[in-house]
Amino acid sequence: MIHSLFLVNATGDIFLEKHWKSAVSRSVCDYFFEAQERATEPENVPPVIPTPHHYLISVFRHRIFFVAVIQSEVPPLFVIEFLHRVVDTFQDYFGVCTEAAIKDNVVVVYELLEEMLDNGFPLATESNILKELIKPPTILRTVVNTITGSTNVGEQLPTGQLSVVPWRRTGVKYTNNEAYFDVVEEIDAIIDKSGSTVTAEIQGVIDACVKLTGMPDLTLSFMNPRLLDDVSFHPCVRFKRWEAERILSFIPPDGNFRLLSYHVSSQNLVAIPVYVKHNITFREGSSQGRFDLTLGPKQTMGKVVESVLVSSRLPRVVLNANLSPSQGTYTFDPVTKLLTWDVGKINPQKLPSLKGSMSLQAGASKPDENPTINIQFKIPQMAVSGLKVNRLDMYGEKYKPFKGIKYMTMAGKFQVRT
Amino acid sequence: MLESSKESLKLEAMKRVVGLIAKGKNASELFPAVVKNVANKNLELKKLVYVYLVRYAEEQQDLALLSISTFQRALKDPNQLIRASALRVLSSIRVPIIVPIMMLAIKEAASDLSPYVRKTAAHAIQKLYSLDADQKDHLIEVIEKLLKDKSTLVAGSVVMAFEEVCPDRIDLIHRNYRKLCNLLMDVEEWGQVVIISMLTRYARTQFISPWKEDGVFENSEKAFYESDEEKRKSAEETKPYAMDPDHRLLLRSTKPLLQSRNTAVVMSVAQLYWHLAPKHEVNIITKSLVRLLRSHREVQYIVLQNIATMSIQRKGMFEPFMKSFYVRSTDATHIKTLKLEILTNLANEANISTVLREFQTYVKSQDKAFAAATIQAIGRCATNISEITDTCLNGLVLLLSNRDETVVAESVVVIRKLLQTQPSEHSDIIKHMAKLFDNITVPMARASILWLIGEYCEHVPKIAPDVLRKMAKTFHNEEDIVKLQTVSLAAKLYLTNSKQTKLLTQYILNLGKYDQNYDIRDRTRFIRQLIVPSERGGALSKYARRILLAPKPAPVLQSAFKDRDRFQLGTLSHTLNSKATGYLELSDWPPMAPDQSVRNVEVAEAMKEWSPAVGKAKSSKSDDKFYSDSGEEEDEQAADSGSDEEGGSEGSTRTPVSLSSEAESENSETSEDSSQSEKSSDSGTGVKKTTTQKNKKLQQAKKPRKLVSVCDRVCVCVCQQLSSPVFVPVHTYELLHRMTGKGLAAQYHFSRQPCIYDDRMISVQLTFSNNGDHTLENIHISEKTSAGQNIHCFSPIECLEPEKSVTVSMGVDFNDSTQAASFQLCTKAEGFNVSIQPAVGELLLPVTMSEQDFSKEQGKLQGMNESSATIAMTPESITSQPLHRKVVNMANVGVVPSGQNNVHRFAAKLVSSGALVLVCVVQKDSGAQLTVNTEKTIIGSMLLRELQTVLSAP
Repeated sequence: MIHSLFLVNATGDIFLEKHWKSAVSRSVCDYFFEAQERATEPENVPPVIPTPHHYLISVFRHRIFFVAVIQSEVPPLFVIEFLHRVVDTFQDYFGVCTEAAIKDNVVVVYELLEEMLDNGFPLATESNILKELIKPPTILRTVVNTITGSTNVGEQLPTGQLSVVPWRRTGVKYTNNEAYFDVVEEIDAIIDKSGSTVTAEIQGVIDACVKLTGMPDLTLSFMNPRLLDDVSFHPCVRFKRWEAERILSFIPPDGNFRLLSYHVSSQNLVAIPVYVKHNITFREGSSQGRFDLTLGPKQTMGKVVESVLVSSRLPRVVLNANLSPSQGTYTFDPVTKLLTWDVGKINPQKLPSLKGSMSLQAGASKPDENPTINIQFKIPQMAVSGLKVNRLDMYGEKYKPFKGIKYMTMAGKFQVRT
Repeated sequence: MLESSKESLKLEAMKRVVGLIAKGKNASELFPAVVKNVANKNLELKKLVYVYLVRYAEEQQDLALLSISTFQRALKDPNQLIRASALRVLSSIRVPIIVPIMMLAIKEAASDLSPYVRKTAAHAIQKLYSLDADQKDHLIEVIEKLLKDKSTLVAGSVVMAFEEVCPDRIDLIHRNYRKLCNLLMDVEEWGQVVIISMLTRYARTQFISPWKEDGVFENSEKAFYESDEEKRKSAEETKPYAMDPDHRLLLRSTKPLLQSRNTAVVMSVAQLYWHLAPKHEVNIITKSLVRLLRSHREVQYIVLQNIATMSIQRKGMFEPFMKSFYVRSTDATHIKTLKLEILTNLANEANISTVLREFQTYVKSQDKAFAAATIQAIGRCATNISEITDTCLNGLVLLLSNRDETVVAESVVVIRKLLQTQPSEHSDIIKHMAKLFDNITVPMARASILWLIGEYCEHVPKIAPDVLRKMAKTFHNEEDIVKLQTVSLAAKLYLTNSKQTKLLTQYILNLGKYDQNYDIRDRTRFIRQLIVPSERGGALSKYARRILLAPKPAPVLQSAFKDRDRFQLGTLSHTLNSKATGYLELSDWPPMAPDQSVRNVEVAEAMKEWSPAVGKAKSSKSDDKFYSDSGEEEDEQAADSGSDEEGGSEGSTRTPVSLSSEAESENSETSEDSSQSEKSSDSGTGVKKTTTQKNKKLQQAKKPRKLVSVCDRVCVCVCQQLSSPVFVPVHTYELLHRMTGKGLAAQYHFSRQPCIYDDRMISVQLTFSNNGDHTLENIHISEKTSAGQNIHCFSPIECLEPEKSVTVSMGVDFNDSTQAASFQLCTKAEGFNVSIQPAVGELLLPVTMSEQDFSKEQGKLQGMNESSATIAMTPESITSQPLHRKVVNMANVGVVPSGQNNVHRFAAKLVSSGALVLVCVVQKDSGAQLTVNTEKTIIGSMLLRELQTVLSAP
């Protein structure tokens, strides 16, 4: 299936290659570079590129291209999903997935890739299993290893690999038994010029951090499970139980994981928590434009809107912007024309605003489109869909765990057309 | 450094070498130095050497051979991880000389106890096949064997091997089909993808179409607004058509996987439903596909492509989710275009106004390529939905005043196409365009305008000659495509309005005659001959008008995804819209259903005939599977039993305890005959041989076995006859101490009786006693955590009074390994994790055989199947009686009558796999020679070790 993997950085250098079958010459990447040149932005490189003898399937994350070389028919999503899993694993192991981190840990990377694929077919992708096979590098372990000569390669087949619960290793022990669940909801919305909603959806995830001893069996129930329209689970969740009772019953993996992601049914009206008043005008003939933006809270159920960040790509004719924010700071990059305004908290009494003028290219005609405004924000302690966890119970172990649930609403792809 | 004696130095050196490989630098000259370290004890160093070897062995074949013996040794290692990694490396070294060694190793690993090693074997099959395709036949045998494997770990890998080596051998799948369907839920995610796509192909050849013959896709387009009617209709359709239960099983077992977090799995289920499910059921995949759009950009790209193909054929599916396809300014260009494509496909009379409003915003986008694509999309909507054509045209005309050139050009092109489809009076638009002509510089747009004016010159008689005049001035500066159109405009005008344009035409034709481009010269020459009547030819000039001004059919604006459905969805070929290497066509539905009985496992059928009551007892077992629902359990069991050679015991496996009563066993005695004869007629040849061989013995054996539990008879057909245990030790083991059990104490004991639940299980007797002061209620086994082991639970104990004890029996299938079976023992109030650890001797069942048979079987199990040791013996054990006692105490073996005094033979078989285990002790003066023969070498060596300690003890 997957023949080889090349890691290409933003400047177009191959800095790592790995082959699972006969070595494929790195010249195959020339086709990729060609496509890369043709695309204006790195995001625009097509994910699947056919070449005379191979097919290149690539993903672009953390400013690195992961290019897999395929020789025969294979579902492209299979490869893409696997490459993303590789990136996730690297991130899990090294904290960040950058070129430098990969270069520093090239041996671990190689060992990982060796375990993850056999003959191009995924072998072990579950992070718990991998961590038993190859211990993640930490400073302490490096020191210990150099002194004692021990290795960071596991000697035994991880128990998880063979069991029906491959995501959990046996013999987990903690002094403090804790289980934390974060209900994070993202609002994807497009707001049109007049402030009415074109489309709005709520996507949510429940991320968990479970540090429990032994083999706990957890059940999580919701007050209003009917809200969830479409869900996808971590493999640990017992599907039949969900079908029958709308209860999440699972033996959790150890550590951080995403328990489920869901989509709130589109019938429900989405409460948009912020509004934007904007007035961006360019006058024909003059080299000046006016920029006026005010943000305000709306339907936030009394919660504070935090970490608000407004960004917008202004038209090409804008040379510079001379603005004054009532709070926060703004930057304008004259090359990429990207305006970002870090607002911070929205105080309902004193609404934040950004006003001023833009200088335009002399003689250029007025741009025919106003820029789109992207907004990011966070509202802690609230799930915008109204989803509530009812209770969390643990079976199978005797101790009393500490349980915590946190709610949060964020902006996903939140755009305002002006 | 590699030569250094210090391990840490070596490791450091190896790490640098791997660093070199990673950078793509050539490190092959280090090969001899590296190979030396292949037998190193340090596991990390070893792994790095493996990495190196796999990379360079192909180039240094001779030197690579030096390492082979190390792997061969490692293949026998008791640690399954080491066995597996040895096999992985051995099969990854692409050296043709070692093909026979690889073949042998694969065959052996395919019957390894550890499913992990078997999985590696499945991977190795593909590697060997790519190295030497001549081994195909042997490999297919191994695949066939592994397909029968019940482990979820193996399933995915072996199907992958199947797809690679022999995708056309559908016949191998038949008997495993139901098992694969049922296991699917528990297979690891990557395996699921492969199995699902294989099953899609399989189902297309084996089941008849659930779609109604005449209206495969046509009527479904209406499904959205006539959905009620449609449903009723399809309900009528299904009446005469009865879906094969296996077809239904496939659909049912894949459905939960739509909820998988792995996008590849979701996509493959979606394509399975698309290609296999009845029309009205396909809709369930919509939501899941739309959910995938939240994922990474690359995933979006592939999913959108597939949705685009689907949305052409079935608008109704995605219509409610139209807003999910609205474009955001942050999307990548290829995603924007795909979304546009889908929106265009979804547009209909009802929603066109929203779509158009959305398109209007896109047209203003800063991404001009995208804006141009939007204009094309508007054009397509306008042709598809005739009501809005006028609105669209007006909108497009407004765009003509747009400042951006590409937008204008695209609009002109689209307007031309639209006008052509609507040859009504649009002269004002043409006039408007002619006015704009001076400002437009994009050649394609200019050419389009010229063509339009030429085509409809009768509508604009005043403007047309003027445009031609302008063109004549700038002719030499124009692009080729514009020149060509100018020439044809001139020709058309000459024919309709020769008075005004005669000179101009002459002039342009002269210019064209001396043009640099030969196309233009040719065209000019052709036009001149055609329209200007000359003395000689002129035959054609009569028809010139009809040739040049013939009414032209309107172009059909259609989606680029129109013909993509010839490829299976979700495949690479579909993404590329061209056939990728190794793409397997999805066959059409067969007109007639092929025989569906091929999927039946015949033994299960036989069972149904003679013990119809058994079905009820089964359900008690159904909850021990992790996810599968109980409804499917039945099929699964049937399928499972088919995968073992001795599946004949289906009836007895789940027979309730009462069956062992006299009357019942009489009954099954007779049924046994029938199954016996059936066996010999339709089972594999290997079984047949042994059956006939042992037939005589069977006749004698029948009577005494009448009282023995019914499940013995299975073993009879496989090999030798079972006997009752020679000796049952009374030793009990602690399962749960009363302190940890809060008063509940449990002990277990191996009864050495064939298990009544399943012939592959070992029966274990549990004794519970209540040492506390409360009554314990509802003692039962709740959760089985250990891997790959089947446990048949005892029926829950309602209550246990203080100071009372109760004995129950349960069955455990240890899979012929000494791995402990762990489970959770629960009372009403609490649960305790406990485990049962079998001794190797308890994994056996005694077998009686004659001395000749013994030596014959021993002869078959020579070589590596034999392990032997010499032991020193104390004088006490010289007489044969204590020696017998010791052996049968330790292991559940049967004694083979022996002619010689100093030779003792014992025979047994492994409970789970049925493999023979032969033990032979030859006494010498002060010691003894101990030999164990069995094909399960690991069990053999463990047994040998145990026996050694037992016998040498005083």
